[in-house]
Amino acid sequence: MHKYVIRRLLLAIPVLLLSSLIVFGLMRVMPGDALIALMGESGNVGQKELAKLRKDLGLDRPYHEQYLLWLWQMVSFNPGDSIFTNEPVSLRKAIPVTLELATLAMVIGLVIAVPVGVLSATRQDKPSDYVGRIVAVSGLSIPDFWLGTLVITFSAIWVHWIPPIGYVSFWDSPWRNLQQFLLPAAVLGYRLAAATMRMTRSTVLETLREDYVRTAWAKGLAGRIVVYKHALKNALIPVVTIIGGQLGTLLAGTFVVEQIFALPGMGRLTVEAILYRDYPVVQTNVMLVAATLVTLNLIVDLTYAWLDPRIRYQ
Amino acid sequence: MATVPLRVTLEDPAGTTISRAQALWLTMKRKPLGAVSAALLVVIVLTAIFADVLAPYDPLATQPEIRLSAPSRAHPFGTDDIGRDVLSRIIYGSRISLWVGLLAVGIGTAAGMVIGLLCGYCEGRLDLIVQRVMDAIQAIPGLVLALAIVSVLKPSTTNAMLAIAIVIIPGNSRIVRGAVLSAKQNRYVEAAQALGCRHPRIIATHILPNVTAPILVIASIWLGNAILIEATLSFLGVGTQPPTPSWGLMLSSTGRAFMEQAPWLAIFPGLAISLAVLGFNLFGDTLRDAWDPKLRRQG
Repeated sequence: MHKYVIRRLLLAIPVLLLSSLIVFGLMRVMPGDALIALMGESGNVGQKELAKLRKDLGLDRPYHEQYLLWLWQMVSFNPGDSIFTNEPVSLRKAIPVTLELATLAMVIGLVIAVPVGVLSATRQDKPSDYVGRIVAVSGLSIPDFWLGTLVITFSAIWVHWIPPIGYVSFWDSPWRNLQQFLLPAAVLGYRLAAATMRMTRSTVLETLREDYVRTAWAKGLAGRIVVYKHALKNALIPVVTIIGGQLGTLLAGTFVVEQIFALPGMGRLTVEAILYRDYPVVQTNVMLVAATLVTLNLIVDLTYAWLDPRIRYQ
Repeated sequence: MATVPLRVTLEDPAGTTISRAQALWLTMKRKPLGAVSAALLVVIVLTAIFADVLAPYDPLATQPEIRLSAPSRAHPFGTDDIGRDVLSRIIYGSRISLWVGLLAVGIGTAAGMVIGLLCGYCEGRLDLIVQRVMDAIQAIPGLVLALAIVSVLKPSTTNAMLAIAIVIIPGNSRIVRGAVLSAKQNRYVEAAQALGCRHPRIIATHILPNVTAPILVIASIWLGNAILIEATLSFLGVGTQPPTPSWGLMLSSTGRAFMEQAPWLAIFPGLAISLAVLGFNLFGDTLRDAWDPKLRRQG
């Protein structure tokens, strides 16, 4: 097991290096640069000042030097200064926002998905199954940004309430913080729930046809025990796989939902940075997302062994 | 990854084999939702083709005197902030969505298929290196990658389409690679190699037919996602640019700005996106049910 984890971690290094090259390359071939965007805001600036600024920010160096310098900064947890704000790239404020949003969305998604998926499977082709399936397939088809817009609009029109604008930490005011996060997390969680619900239904249906489940029924065990103890646990591996696959969608979803609900998370920061060509911010954020996904996928793989003791990693 | 046979075995005691088209037809007859999704897609495609005939007004024509009019008989979906007919813009918007979806998925699928075929057939160092590059691309969330690529290429519909195609390539190449690795184990491939058949011929005549079914299923599901990503990019301002009617752009430009005053500006474009994506998702499911015997039993 340890060997497997070490091997996976070592394999992650070239993948992340290649991802960093892709991100760095993309940022450098963008038309125009952050300085031009920055100068556009502050008015006319001469070529001399522009050259000086470029030199100060290290943008006049050859690309390979810029890349190596950035890599070193990333490894030493000092990803340089934002070109736009001239302050060190700090994700200290943005990370907790995105983390809270993604975690809440994941919790909401799973709380809805697993019971509804099981219910759908145990009542196959009954009205409750059809309702569950329609809810699931709608979740995959309704865009996050539309659902978010509708939720804000209708809560404003019908309930005369909109989520408070401006981020407040959970530790400062838990109630206000929950008011801010509940709707965006529900919007994001719905999509996650949809994919997980479909997979849960499908795998539970398959497991319910297994011989050992028939034996459990024959033994006279209660329905709840047969379904939740015998069928669900064995049906969970593909469900965990789909959750692993959804993590990227979840993180990408935060980019859109944070825009709509004005949450100052990593997604919003990255979208703004891409539009202003603020290389250090974009590179750092995207690399952090990539590293998070690679780590989470490893955790998902390790979860399989816990769910199914027959799986042994070597 | 299991390959899907050219002919599908029906689950009757006689073990009848039928063509893929027949399997699809039978599945649609058995599952009306599949037929509904196919009908929905036909309606969307026809709307896009005959937009000039179906749209009651010019989608770009402004009439400031009737700005933000609520849905009425003259304007069933209302008008926007500069008096443009929302229904006409949605009808023309279907062209953008379908165009982007079909081309992006077409390019992404073709490129993914070539890469997957080469990696799966050649294996070895080429496979190892190319698959690591695919891993690296997949480590970056699709929407983020598409956003960065569009920013590099300059925001436009064509560039959004290219960005989506690039996002699609790694996943498709993986699926094709898996199917090729599996197809290579077949005796007839070994026989062809033993007979001295050239590699391109083996790939084209013995391997390719085995990978078309999974790739078509995945492509149909990707079509819905491509439409969704295009709408999201337009919503974020880096996809289709104004005044071209695009569903995502309609939502971001006027839908959000006037959502309390004129909710129809947000409702109808969103509904159009959802229905199109729903149609492709359901049709993808139907294709999978029809062509993947392992999944067909699950209902």
